[in-house]
Amino acid sequence: MSRRRRVREAALGYLLVLPALCVFAVFVFYPFAQNFRLALFQAPPFPGLPSRYVGLHQVGQVLTSSSFLESLVATVLFVVMVVPAGLLIGLLLAVAAHRRLRGMAVYRVIFSSTVVTSVAVSALVFGTLMDPVVGLLPWLGLNPSPPILQNTTWALPAIAVMAVWQFLGLSFIVMSAGLSSIPEEVLEAARVDGASERTVFWRVTVPLLSPTIFFGTVVATIYAFQTFGQVDILIGPTNAAFEHVNLLVYNILNTIEIARTTGQAAVLSIVLFLLTLGVTLLQLRLVERRVHYAQ
Amino acid sequence: MAGVAFREATKRFGGAVALDRLDLEVGDGELLVLLGPSGCGKTTALRLVAGLEEPDDGAIEIGGRVVNHVEAKDRDVAMVFQSYALYPHLSVGRNIEFPLRQRGFDRDERRRRVADAASTLGLSELLDRKPRQLSGGQRQRVALARAIVREPQAFLMDEPLSNLDAALRTQTRADIVALQQQLGTTTLYVTHDQVEAMTMGDRIAVMDHGVLQQVDRPQALYDRPANTFVARFVGSPGMNLLPATLEQGAGGKWEAQVAGSALAVPETAATAAGGAGAALVLGVRPEHVGIGPHGTVDATVVIVELLGAEVHVACRLGDGTNVIVRQDAAAPRPAHGEAVRLAVAPASLHVFHASGARVESGAGVGHAPVPGEGATP
Amino acid sequence: MPSDAPPGRRARRLRLVVRYTLLTLGAVVVLGPLYLTVVNSLLPASALAQRPPPLFPVHPQWHDYAAAWSQGHLDVYLRNSAIQTGIIVAGQLVTSTLAAYAFAFLRFPLRRTLFVVFLATLMIPFEVTIVTNSTTVSDLGWYNTFAGLTVPFLATGFGTFLLRQAFLQIPRDLREAAALDGYGHLRFLVRVAVPLARPSLAALGVFSFLAAWNQYLWPLIVTGSGTNVRTVQIGLKLLEGTQLSHVDVVLAGTVIAVVPLLVLLVVFQKQLVRSLTGGAVK
Repeated sequence: MSRRRRVREAALGYLLVLPALCVFAVFVFYPFAQNFRLALFQAPPFPGLPSRYVGLHQVGQVLTSSSFLESLVATVLFVVMVVPAGLLIGLLLAVAAHRRLRGMAVYRVIFSSTVVTSVAVSALVFGTLMDPVVGLLPWLGLNPSPPILQNTTWALPAIAVMAVWQFLGLSFIVMSAGLSSIPEEVLEAARVDGASERTVFWRVTVPLLSPTIFFGTVVATIYAFQTFGQVDILIGPTNAAFEHVNLLVYNILNTIEIARTTGQAAVLSIVLFLLTLGVTLLQLRLVERRVHYAQ
Repeated sequence: MAGVAFREATKRFGGAVALDRLDLEVGDGELLVLLGPSGCGKTTALRLVAGLEEPDDGAIEIGGRVVNHVEAKDRDVAMVFQSYALYPHLSVGRNIEFPLRQRGFDRDERRRRVADAASTLGLSELLDRKPRQLSGGQRQRVALARAIVREPQAFLMDEPLSNLDAALRTQTRADIVALQQQLGTTTLYVTHDQVEAMTMGDRIAVMDHGVLQQVDRPQALYDRPANTFVARFVGSPGMNLLPATLEQGAGGKWEAQVAGSALAVPETAATAAGGAGAALVLGVRPEHVGIGPHGTVDATVVIVELLGAEVHVACRLGDGTNVIVRQDAAAPRPAHGEAVRLAVAPASLHVFHASGARVESGAGVGHAPVPGEGATP
Repeated sequence: MPSDAPPGRRARRLRLVVRYTLLTLGAVVVLGPLYLTVVNSLLPASALAQRPPPLFPVHPQWHDYAAAWSQGHLDVYLRNSAIQTGIIVAGQLVTSTLAAYAFAFLRFPLRRTLFVVFLATLMIPFEVTIVTNSTTVSDLGWYNTFAGLTVPFLATGFGTFLLRQAFLQIPRDLREAAALDGYGHLRFLVRVAVPLARPSLAALGVFSFLAAWNQYLWPLIVTGSGTNVRTVQIGLKLLEGTQLSHVDVVLAGTVIAVVPLLVLLVVFQKQLVRSLTGGAVK
């Protein structure tokens, strides 16, 4: 290809990539990198004064602070509650709906439905159901005192229920797609070989579904890491149970908005990034190993 | 309309030479077939003319003008792709019209031309269909219509028949030739199918490993292949090639020793080939080999294939070389495993150097009758 | 079921019953909360505390909807959400299409590197960038503007990836045929590549719509103090904050916010599933 034509094609290529690249540069990479700089500066005691370079001092300070440890514990507990439940129920629904039977299309729409709900919708729907006065919990015989959303023990599980419910739609869709990617002949071969339905499920379906389950785990974990809206709407920083539901993202938000200490928020952001990265890398490793195993 | 020429055109991909100093002229209005096995450079040559690739060295000319740096869209050539490259989201009519939209034709002119092209190719009833609703043959004709609608300087066709079934291919072959003659547009036609090449081309250019082997009219190519590659590639089955050593026998007659048997060789060819002791390759068309008691080469019948009108008898010589004999179906057939003697008339022998190049002796190979009883009609 | 039915058939029928029971139970768990919300939003406030809870609104009351609409400013918020979502969806479709075309059809130095850079954005959750992004938007004077609400989301690595995959499915012959027919890259993009990638564009569109409409964190930060661009999600939060005594109004607001999306789901289920599982499940 002639030089001129090559240059023209390259110029067009850069031009087409440029708009997206600008957005990424300004709103993804720059603020991401900024975190590592901000983490080294402490906000001034009064607004308007310059920030002070404190090196890693601030990092240590944040990482040992009780607020951070609360957040970390709450976030990890939250992940442990949301991820297995969300995936398992999603898988169950997907397996139940994975048959060509009458009415299945309706069930599929119903099971996917929560994928369109927002954080605010799930918060308000469940906030009402869990309300001590108009809610259903007292009627069902569950009436902890203090009320569930101010209860240091039950507030986090309550938020987890909302998150699981909101995640069910996505979980169902992902699991269903995984199930339909399993070739029907393999299952039929197992049945012809005399395996019971239960054996087919545990020995054939689940192993073949494992990439989907890995993928779902990462999606669910990242989703759980990023949850905070229900806490913001239903609980808030003045609530008695607050320190037990102070999920990491909420902590970051409050550190920016209320405490206005960007350096500390930057440290928390880096922690959140590393957690997300860790989960993603773990997934890549597991999938890679599986692939090698298959070869 | 215009001729197309390659001037020492060379194209490399990475370290591999796809096209090696190709020198070739396609006359105005001619249909020239580029023939060769896959990877021989024929498609690369076509893409150089199209402007989809540029030569690393040498030049491409269209209508006497060097077009090396002219972009594809400005070359005014039309191409028919092996896959047809129809736009799946456009109707047949829109597909045919597509090339016109960029060339400043007004709406009425576009409509007129599309209608003309469609009627030429019998597509008038199908203009509103989408490509996926068409049969393979219909798609192929849409691709042709899209090429002719622009009235370009030249047509480039890249194996346009390879996705059709055998019967349709024979029919379409004739249709394309008729269309090309009617339009008189210079056409460069790429194929790996020698039957297609023989039946369609005004001339055929045979290529191998990026190198042009021979250009000639189909019959000349068949009668006087320039080397063993062309000999083998053109004709179905290809020419039999027998490694041989030249000797001067009793009485000064030239003979070639082939697998322990002797075959008479014309003297002119023998002297041109280098005289006694020269290593040769003898070529003989399957239809020029006879089976009979007067034959001079011992062989065993390995396979007998009946093709309806004719029979192919595969024989193995003492040294393991295979020889195919083409017989009339009415002739007596040898049995599988039978020991036979093969006869070849000296006049029908093609003599090649061991390197593969034809021994130029001046003595043309005629259509000598094959010796042997009942071996030829 | 006749008692003399063959045992295999009886077992199969039993299994079918179990399956449908399970399915219906699942449907109740998934849809129950939303259903009760709809019912409650139509009940008079006095009926809310009734036990057992009414499962059907015998005398539906619509005034809560009117209240949520006007006093809760949901009319304004819905409009704002529509504008915000429209800008983000359109922006993402355009930038992703352009970049994906470059990655799929054009040759230029650093193409691979740049593509990796695009994919790297998927590794950085938006939450991680809010510290500086809120400063940036404030410095630009974009608080309480649609620009502040939407510009950070006008590009997507995921969408670029999805569309690149779609463009790579287009046979190269088509590009070459179009080039011979006189079409440059941009015209080919508009006339051929985009029409052929329509299913993927639709999938990305639905996905972007959902993600944008349901955004919470960023609108919370950017529209903190002003109502002029506040989106419906933040509106719901405020409804909860200001209407505590009127649970039914809050619920009416919730229904207003979620029903359009349920309709969207029913209409575009295929596209949505496609985008949510795009490339991830093999």
